[in-house]
Amino acid sequence: MSAEAERDVILKLEDVSKVYSGTVAVKRANFEVRRGAVNVLVGENGAGKSTLMKIIAGVEQPTAGRILLEGEDVSFASSGDAVNRGIGMVFQELNLFGNLTVAENIFATREITNRFRKIDRKEQERRAAEFLERLQAGIRPDMLVEDLRIGQQQLVEIAKAVSLDARILIMDEPTSALSAAEVEILFKVIADLKARGVAIVYISHRLEELIRIGDYITVLRDGRITGQEEMKNVDTQWIVRQMIGSDAKDFAKADGHLPGEEIFRAEEICLPRTTGGLAVDHVSLSLRAGEILGIYGLMGAGRSELFDCIMGRHGHATGSIFIDGKKVRERDTTRRIRRGLALIPEDRQREGLVSILSVASNLTLASLSRFARLFHIRGAEERQAVAGMVRELAIKVADPAQEVSSLSGGNQQKVVIGKALLTGPKVLLMDEPSRGIDVGAKADVFRTMRKLSRDGLGILFATSDLDEVMALSDRIAVMSNGKLTGMFDRAEATEAAIVAASALGHGPAGPTETNAHD
Amino acid sequence: MTDIPAKAAAPTASSGSLLLTVMKLRTFIALIAVLVFFSIAAPNFLSAANLILMAKHVALNAFLAMGMTFVIITGGIDLSVGSIVGLCGMVAGYLVLNGIDLQIGYTIYFNVVEIALITLAVGILIGAVNGLLITRLNVAPFIATLGVLYVSRGLALLSSDGRTFPNLVGKRELGTTGFGYLGAGKLLGLPVSIWILIVVALGAAYLAKYTPLGRHIFAVGGNERAARISGVRVNMVKMFVYMFSGFCAAIVGLIISSELMASHPATGESFELNAIAAAVLGGTSMSGGRGTIGGTIVGAFVIGILSDGLVMMGVSSFWQMVIKGLVIIVAVVVDQAQRRLQSRVTLMQMAKVG
Repeated sequence: MSAEAERDVILKLEDVSKVYSGTVAVKRANFEVRRGAVNVLVGENGAGKSTLMKIIAGVEQPTAGRILLEGEDVSFASSGDAVNRGIGMVFQELNLFGNLTVAENIFATREITNRFRKIDRKEQERRAAEFLERLQAGIRPDMLVEDLRIGQQQLVEIAKAVSLDARILIMDEPTSALSAAEVEILFKVIADLKARGVAIVYISHRLEELIRIGDYITVLRDGRITGQEEMKNVDTQWIVRQMIGSDAKDFAKADGHLPGEEIFRAEEICLPRTTGGLAVDHVSLSLRAGEILGIYGLMGAGRSELFDCIMGRHGHATGSIFIDGKKVRERDTTRRIRRGLALIPEDRQREGLVSILSVASNLTLASLSRFARLFHIRGAEERQAVAGMVRELAIKVADPAQEVSSLSGGNQQKVVIGKALLTGPKVLLMDEPSRGIDVGAKADVFRTMRKLSRDGLGILFATSDLDEVMALSDRIAVMSNGKLTGMFDRAEATEAAIVAASALGHGPAGPTETNAHD
Repeated sequence: MTDIPAKAAAPTASSGSLLLTVMKLRTFIALIAVLVFFSIAAPNFLSAANLILMAKHVALNAFLAMGMTFVIITGGIDLSVGSIVGLCGMVAGYLVLNGIDLQIGYTIYFNVVEIALITLAVGILIGAVNGLLITRLNVAPFIATLGVLYVSRGLALLSSDGRTFPNLVGKRELGTTGFGYLGAGKLLGLPVSIWILIVVALGAAYLAKYTPLGRHIFAVGGNERAARISGVRVNMVKMFVYMFSGFCAAIVGLIISSELMASHPATGESFELNAIAAAVLGGTSMSGGRGTIGGTIVGAFVIGILSDGLVMMGVSSFWQMVIKGLVIIVAVVVDQAQRRLQSRVTLMQMAKVG
């Protein structure tokens, strides 16, 4: 490496590791951030990107290794420390105060005050307006953040980070909720920052985006850095190869059983968004017994919302669903579960588990009526069912009476799956079933999905992981912007076609026009 | 080599779980402590007559606290129980004295059993109003039941213009006699109100442990969203707990009126606070999801014995309030300490398992 290139490096991580209780999120990572360049970081879900960035931003402290900022050994005790050293971050999950105005959010913890320590609201709003002007977002600084669309909130988050005047700006999936037009504006802002010598670390799943704006690329896999290259030397193939690696993931093999009759059909499902438009836009699909239908889409594509509609969680959703050819007229979750639908929600902690109850109570929560005679729960039968499910799904738990929160993420996910299976479903809806669980548990979950499909269940599963959807699905549906934009048989599906379909409808013009371009 | 740390770790783990057991039984230990203390400090404390009298006092709070426990487990609160006690007492008194005037020259008088049933129905109805406000109109439980607290108290006062319904003996020719049985009657040597308490408490404990509804109550308090997705009818569960709380309050209203043979519209003021205190003392978590009927009953006994014992010792009522407050605070502090210890012990066990 030439001396010229060395001088360009503003921040360097040397052998940085981060260990959480039980899992190693980052293993001996060496990472360089260059001045006046867009340093791209890619990797699959759970590869350790966000952890690495949180270490740089001072949110997390590394377990081992050192951080060199302009050649000087530094350690950040908090994000405030990092901000003081000129490191700003746009977080993936929005860290905004919905009950405060845009200006108050941008200047949170660094309020502009006058001589009497009173907040100078006018000055804050004037300065905030300047930053917002650059993002051309049409956001007034005195608006409440909770009244903004998610995309606009993301722009506020970006404005906040830009306002820090950072030397290093980390952007963790900044475009996940932005429209194509907003992405263009963001890219202009990034080019502007680059010209002023700001080092940008950019994380995204959208490969085409990375290739367009990136200067340097670093690929992470399972907490290790597997490739570091100048962007002009690489292509999509190279990135995908580094991300996935030679060792293929343990997706249970298809067993070649043929799907049966249609077991489930959704027709014209629509869900209006509170901010206008449709979160789910006239989606129709059909599923056969023993079939696994993968639904691929980016964040905000409407996959979870579609599942919510099918489960009857939104009273104002329209459209109809059919099970075994018979229309489901029940509109509430309880009775839809009885008709044979079951959902494994995306957010285990918030929607999947009652964390203070025991493993056993969680497992049987949705199916208690099965074990009850009149109103008495027959303990022996319940215990038997729990033991059976623990065995079948290989849930690692010493005693099912243990609180479910004491289990690891993978085992918690198995409890959620077990709970759904105990209701005896015909159709299983799985929303990101492999999110946030370790490799071994993932393999178990995939094996379970295969087995269930062999037993004749219809499985709809949503994911934003391209590998997963390619490896597990019999058919692949792609959603974008609330619409179903593609439907492929496994034989004819290609990664390129799926990615293309998942980006449809993000255009500035109406979605119909985008389709016309195609 | 490897044996040494294992041996060193074992005693700390077991001493940790011993401490944990002590903390789990803290309400029981407190109960025994107050019993022992007052039997030494207050003369006549252990006499059978005094114990029965105290049990009757405690029973009133225990009823309310049981209803409150279910409500708190779902993550709510019921401030209206004291007012429901007052209103239900007035309903019972009014029916005994006046019956229902049909406005056509006839008046219907009910017998005591019918009066009791009507009164219970009124309590359940007010609970249902609480539940509807909370589930259908999305009013926060604190506010909804605060509103109902005022409305019920106002209605109780309106029913008699603020006066007491005295002398509820009833008239033999109208069939309204026997109202005093609830408060003064005895069965196998125990007061009727204690028997009712035993029946309701066993029923509630059974409900909590062995029925789907009971399990759902805990699930709703632990994680309402997850419960909803699992098919739990969250609104029905909430309706039930407020109606049960109203039912318990109606029982208390009946018993008090029966004991005094009179209904006073201000009866039950601030009872809700004692009920909350008993539930919390018994280990019910205000953030929902945790609590037991047994713990609540013990909690009610601790509070009741404490105040009666202090009265017998001649401690001023001002000091009694200070002491009661301190006991509640200490209970919650110990509760939090137990949670922390518990999670540490669990982690240690997990580490041992691997």
